[in-house]
Order: sequence, then C-alpha cells, then structure tokens
Amino acid sequence: MSDLRDLYQEVILDHGKAPRNFGHPAGANRTAHGHNAMCGDTIDVFLTVDDEGRIADAAFQGQGCAISVASASMMTEMLKGKTQADAHHLFETMHALCTGHEDEADLADLDEDTADRMQILAGVKQYPMRVKCATLAWHTMDKAMNDKAKEDLSV
Amino acid sequence: MTLATIDPIHRARRTNGFDVERVREDFPILARKVHGKPLVYLDSAASAQKPRAVIDAMSRFYEEDYANIHRGVHFLSQRATDAFEAARAKVARFLNAAKADEIIFTRNATESINLVAQSWGRKNLGPGDEIVLTELEHHANIVPWQMLRAEKGFEIKVAPIDDTGQIRLDAMAKLIGPRTRLVAVSHMSNALGTILPVREIVRMAHANDALVLIDGCQAAVHKQIDVQALDADFYAFSAHKLYGPTGIGVLYGKYALLDAMPPYQGGGDMIDRVTFARTTFKEPPHRFEAGTPAITEAIGLAAAIDYLAELGPSLVADHEDDVLAYATEKLTAIDGLTIHGTAAEKGAILSFTIAGAHAHDVATILDQQGVAVRAGHHCAHPLMDRLGVTATARASFALYSTRAEADALADAIGTVKRIFKL
Repeated sequence: MSDLRDLYQEVILDHGKAPRNFGHPAGANRTAHGHNAMCGDTIDVFLTVDDEGRIADAAFQGQGCAISVASASMMTEMLKGKTQADAHHLFETMHALCTGHEDEADLADLDEDTADRMQILAGVKQYPMRVKCATLAWHTMDKAMNDKAKEDLSV
Repeated sequence: MTLATIDPIHRARRTNGFDVERVREDFPILARKVHGKPLVYLDSAASAQKPRAVIDAMSRFYEEDYANIHRGVHFLSQRATDAFEAARAKVARFLNAAKADEIIFTRNATESINLVAQSWGRKNLGPGDEIVLTELEHHANIVPWQMLRAEKGFEIKVAPIDDTGQIRLDAMAKLIGPRTRLVAVSHMSNALGTILPVREIVRMAHANDALVLIDGCQAAVHKQIDVQALDADFYAFSAHKLYGPTGIGVLYGKYALLDAMPPYQGGGDMIDRVTFARTTFKEPPHRFEAGTPAITEAIGLAAAIDYLAELGPSLVADHEDDVLAYATEKLTAIDGLTIHGTAAEKGAILSFTIAGAHAHDVATILDQQGVAVRAGHHCAHPLMDRLGVTATARASFALYSTRAEADALADAIGTVKRIFKL
C-alpha cells in the first residue's frame, strides 16, 4: 500500500484525471503517433516549434492508464520554452530514470520542479510491466522532434 | 499460510463433495506468496496452473521412458511411441471423437486454427466464398482468416453480439447462406465468458452445407465436450489452459475431412515415401504432424485429462459456477464497477471496468495485494471496440478458485478505489 502511494502520488492522480494541454493546437508543426501494442494505449503528440527552434506549445491527445496520461500531461508542461536539444535531454533523462539507470540521468541542468516531477514519474521503475506506460509519451515526443529535424536537414 | 487461514468460511466451503481446499494442495504454486501476500491467481483463462500429477507425469516420462517416437525399433522408442499414441486416444475420449485418428497434436489452439486455414482453407476458399466469424473472436480466430483472405479473395462476415455479450442468432442466421463455406466461432468467449449456442450454430451452418470450426480453448476447461453430439467439423483447444503443459494443442477434425486435406507443413514423420521426384504422405493425423512433436507435453496433457476425470467434471463445473456466481454478486455490489458480459450462459470469467481507474492501474494495484488478473484487450480488439472500451480487467476462475479469493478480489478493488479516491 505504501509502495503504491509512491507510484500513485497526488500529482499523478491529478494529471491522470485532468490532463493539461489535452488537444490538437492548430499551429502544431511537429507531430507523432505512438501506441503500446501490449495494452492498447495510444497517444498523439503535437509540438509547435517557433522560428528560433524553441517549443512554443506542446499538447497531446490519446487514451491510456493514469500513469501514461499523467506522464504525457506533465511532459507537455515541462517542454514549453525548451530547445530541441533540451527536449532530447529531458527524454534521455526520463528514460534513464524509468529504466533504473539513475547513474546515467543528468538532473543537474534541470530546475528543481522539473527534476522533482521526473523523479515522481520514475517511481514506475518498481513496476517493470508499467515502465512503457510512463515512457510512451516521451518516446513519441522524441520521434516528433527527430522526424521533423530530419526533414529540415533535407531541405 | 494457506488461504483458509484468511477466511474460515472458505475452509468450510464444500460444493457437493468437491473439497476445494484439498484440491488446492494438488497445485504446488498456489502455496507461494506474491509481494508478501498469499497468491490469489485469477488469471487461469490466460493459462492455468499445473497439478503435481501433471508435473510428475512429465518428470517421470523424462526419467524413465523418454525417446523419440515413430522411429526407433529400440525399447524406449516403443515405450515413448505407445505413451504418445495413448495420449492421443485419451484426448479422443475426452472430446468423444469417433476415433483417435481424428486428433492432431499441434503447438497450441492458434496453430490448430492456422492448420485449418492453411490446409482446408487454402484448398477450399476462393473468390465468391464467404466465412462467418463473430464479434467475440480472439485474434487467433480472426487473423489467420484475414491472412488467407488476402491471398484467396473470399469474404469474411462477422456475426454481431447483443449487449449481454451473447451472439445474436437471428442476425447470424441472415449471414449464413449458400456462399458460406465455414463458420468459425468461439465455444466460450475468453474476454467475456459467454458460452455460445454452438449446437444451434452448427445446425444453421450444416443446413447451408457450411463447415464449423469451434475454438474450444476456454470451453474445454469448463464444459464436457462431445464433438459428435455437437456435430462439430473441427474443434481446437490448448493443453496449457486445461491444467496441462504449454507447447501442445489439439485439433479435432472429422476423419473424412482430414483425409481430404493436404499437408500443412512438410518434414519427417508425415511422409509415406520420399523421392526427389515426388513424395507421398501418411494418413491423418500423421500427415499433419511434421517433425518431432511435443512428446512429453502429450504425456502431460494426458495426465491433466486423467486428473480432471478423477475430480469429476460435473463437480468441477458446479464448483466453478458457485465461485462465479459468488464473485459476480460481490463485484456487482461495488459502486462504479461495470461487469462486461452478462449473458445467461456464462463460464467462469468476470471482465470488468471501474469508472475513473484504467484497467492497467487496477491490475497493478491488485497485483500488489497478491491478486493476479489480466488487464488489457484480451487479444480481442474488435470486441473491445464493440464494447466501447480500450481495456478491461479480467478475473478468471478455475477448479482451484475459492469464494475467499473472490472476497480478496473485492477487497483489493476497494484499495483501488481508495487510492483513486473513487
């Protein structure tokens, strides 16, 4: 029960129940679709990257468990104002934390609030079958950034 | 600690001489703990636990009688061949098949269905032909037909269910016509527990000269199967859901049908005579069993059938019905919980959702109380779409399940509601 409270913390329940930035903004210019075949969770991530390469807006749509919805919701809040390099760093940090590779996670550059939220989401590492729930949104965001980056390079 | 020490009512519980507490002692794994809690295993529809009789029969076979079959003239090969063929005969009696040669050993029920699709289907289905499935089907009884359709160009019709999860026979009757070559249906839904009126379905199909394949994965565990009384043309099930080992399944087929079917895979053990110019094939069932089969697993399956026969299938069925009815009552009383699948004819499966808590969160929280359930789409995406859900939690009961375990499930759901403040 106490372990479960570590995973299902207030902030997770809150974001899971009332996700922020839920929708498809008209100005989004980078998107990707992600799904987890094992459990049927689906997500679409919509990013609006401005001329200076910063993420002006981040949103998502989809369905899934509390962990996956909360992770997506919290991610969109963390992304706003970040550069592509920042976003990729956040993805790698999140991935390392959730898969039990804390030593590879570099939290030093992150503000305290972001680092705290990532640690809360990383509580999922105690539940190996659920890690993909927490990381789905992040993989999808990274895909959205990278696919577009490749297109940009080819221009 | 056994479950009996949690709930004294459970120890006293007897269903007409079926002593579940004694039966539980036959299953070594049920004594273990999970996350420090007694295991409450409610995932038998995914795979059942194994009684010591099965585990021992397989160990004994490896220790005393093991060799390859149908090959050697030596003593052990003869022993192993006899045991393997005796297992086939036992499966034939279990299904009340007319003869042992109507029983083909496969890897699992999925392979059994693929065998019918790739052998009978490839030979007999083409443009203008139709097959009829139902909305309840497991992916194993959908995807093999879609793969063949892509090559052969026949049509797949899907019979709808009503809101209780039962097939709508009137609607199905309209789909079965002169173009129908095959009706492929679940005997019991793995996701909802619905038991389909397969005898009626066979009648409707045969009236239109269509064959019937029955996916009996769940039904073979909970019901006594008589393929002759059902007049089924093909019947498939897996040993691992029937308290037997993984790696072996069964396809029953009427002998005349099997005899007219081409081989499914080529290799050793299925041939009559091989030259580089041409090869002739053995009679059924060997024609369909290329290569060394799951020999020890066949011995294990036979032991599982013996074990069930000793317990008494009707006593087992009564016990499972009792636990299902009790669990249904307990879960129905939980506010915000919806049971999916409320057909009058149901086997020991309870699929449910809780408003405000996703099935995966439910399953994780239950697991922490030692309660193992399946959560997800149950390999039945079309059915989930029909129900308008993405996932359900599913508690499935077996001969070793108890009322106390249904109580443990209800209590653990209470924890879900507390954590999610529902």
